[in-house]
Amino acid sequence: MFARILGFAAVAACIATPVFAAVALGDAAGSYAISPASSSIHFSIGKVGGGGLNGTFAHFKGSIRIDNSDVARSQVNFTIFPESVGTGQGRIDAFLRSDAVFDAANSPEIQFRSTSVTRTSDTTALVTGRLTARGKTFPEKFTAELGGLKAGTIKFHVTGKVLRSRYGMDVGTPLYSNIVDFDMTLTGRRG
Amino acid sequence: MQSITNTTTRYGWATIILHWLIGIIFIGQFALGFIMVRTESQRAAFELIQLHKSLGFLLLGLIILRVAWRLGNSAPPLPASVGALERRTAPLAHLALYALQIALPLSGWALVSVSTLEIPTMPFDLFVMPNLPLVESDAAESFWAAAHWYLAYAGIALVVLHVAAALRHHFRLRDNVLTRMITPSSSGE
Repeated sequence: MFARILGFAAVAACIATPVFAAVALGDAAGSYAISPASSSIHFSIGKVGGGGLNGTFAHFKGSIRIDNSDVARSQVNFTIFPESVGTGQGRIDAFLRSDAVFDAANSPEIQFRSTSVTRTSDTTALVTGRLTARGKTFPEKFTAELGGLKAGTIKFHVTGKVLRSRYGMDVGTPLYSNIVDFDMTLTGRRG
Repeated sequence: MQSITNTTTRYGWATIILHWLIGIIFIGQFALGFIMVRTESQRAAFELIQLHKSLGFLLLGLIILRVAWRLGNSAPPLPASVGALERRTAPLAHLALYALQIALPLSGWALVSVSTLEIPTMPFDLFVMPNLPLVESDAAESFWAAAHWYLAYAGIALVVLHVAAALRHHFRLRDNVLTRMITPSSSGE
C-alpha cells in the first residue's frame, strides 16, 4: 500500500504542472526518495461497537520516479518495516509484530511495487501495484493527491483500503474489520 | 411434565440438564483459562480468549436460568442417612458454587471492560456485548485479573469438594445423591 504512495508521487508530479503553474513538468520529473522525517503512515481498523484500532509505521523507505514524457510509466516502490508498528499500547504492538499478524521476525518487510499510474484529475492519480506481505502478493490500488511541489520536494496525501485477510492477517475478524484504511503523507526529496 | 420439574424426592430433567451443562462448561472454563494464558501462538491465544469470553457469557446466562429454576422448584431433601454436619454444610457449599458461577463471569466481564486493550466482546460472533460501566485503567485491569484468578481457584476447590462428596455418596454411603442428578427415574430411593 505504501509503495503505491510512491506511484502517486510520480503521478502527482505530472499532475502538478497545471496546478502549480510555476513548476514545469520537466521540473517534477525525476527520482525522489521518500523522506521519513517529513512523511507519516497511519492506519485504522474499525471494530464492532464503535471506535477502532489506530496505528502508525515509524520506519519505511521508498522511491518515486516520475517519467518526463509518460506519466503512466512513472514508478513507485515502497517498503514498510512492520517491526516499527506503533499503536500507543505496547501489548497490542507486540501482538501485531507477532506471528498472529505481521510475523515481523520472519517477514521483516512489506513491499509495494507500482504497475501503473493513472491520472484521475489535475491533482490526483490512481496508483496500482503489487503489495507483498507475509509472502503473499496481491494487486492493490491507492489514491494519491498532490499536496505540494517545491524545488526538489514533492508531497502527496495517499489513501487506500486493503483487505488484511488476503495476507494471512485475518486474526480478530469480525471483532476488528477486515478492511485496513491507510492514510499517508509522503514527502519525496529529489535524489 | 412431571419429569421436567423437580418432585419431592427427585430432580427433574430441567435441573439435571442445567446441572451437567453448567458443570461441563464451568470445568471447561478452568481448563481453557489455564491453557489460553500459556499458549505460545498469539493468534491461537487470542482466539482461545474470545472463546473463553463467549463461554463465560453462556455460563452466566445458564446459571441465572438455573438459580431462577431453583427458586421456583424446591430441591428434593437429602437422604435420611445424611449426618447433621453435612446437612448443614452441603447447602452452604451449593450456595457458594452458585455464587462463584455468577461472580466468575462477572469478574471476567469487568476485566474485559476495564482492560486498556479495549478488545470488543462478541459472544460466539453473534452480537456485541457492551462493556460494564467501569473506568478502564491498567490498575483496574490488574485488579480484576487478580480477582478473576482467585475466584477461579476458589471455584476449582469447590468443584473438587463437590465431586468428592458426590463420589463419597455413591461409592461409600451408597445412597442416591449422585444417581438422582443423572436421571429422574433411576432407582435407589
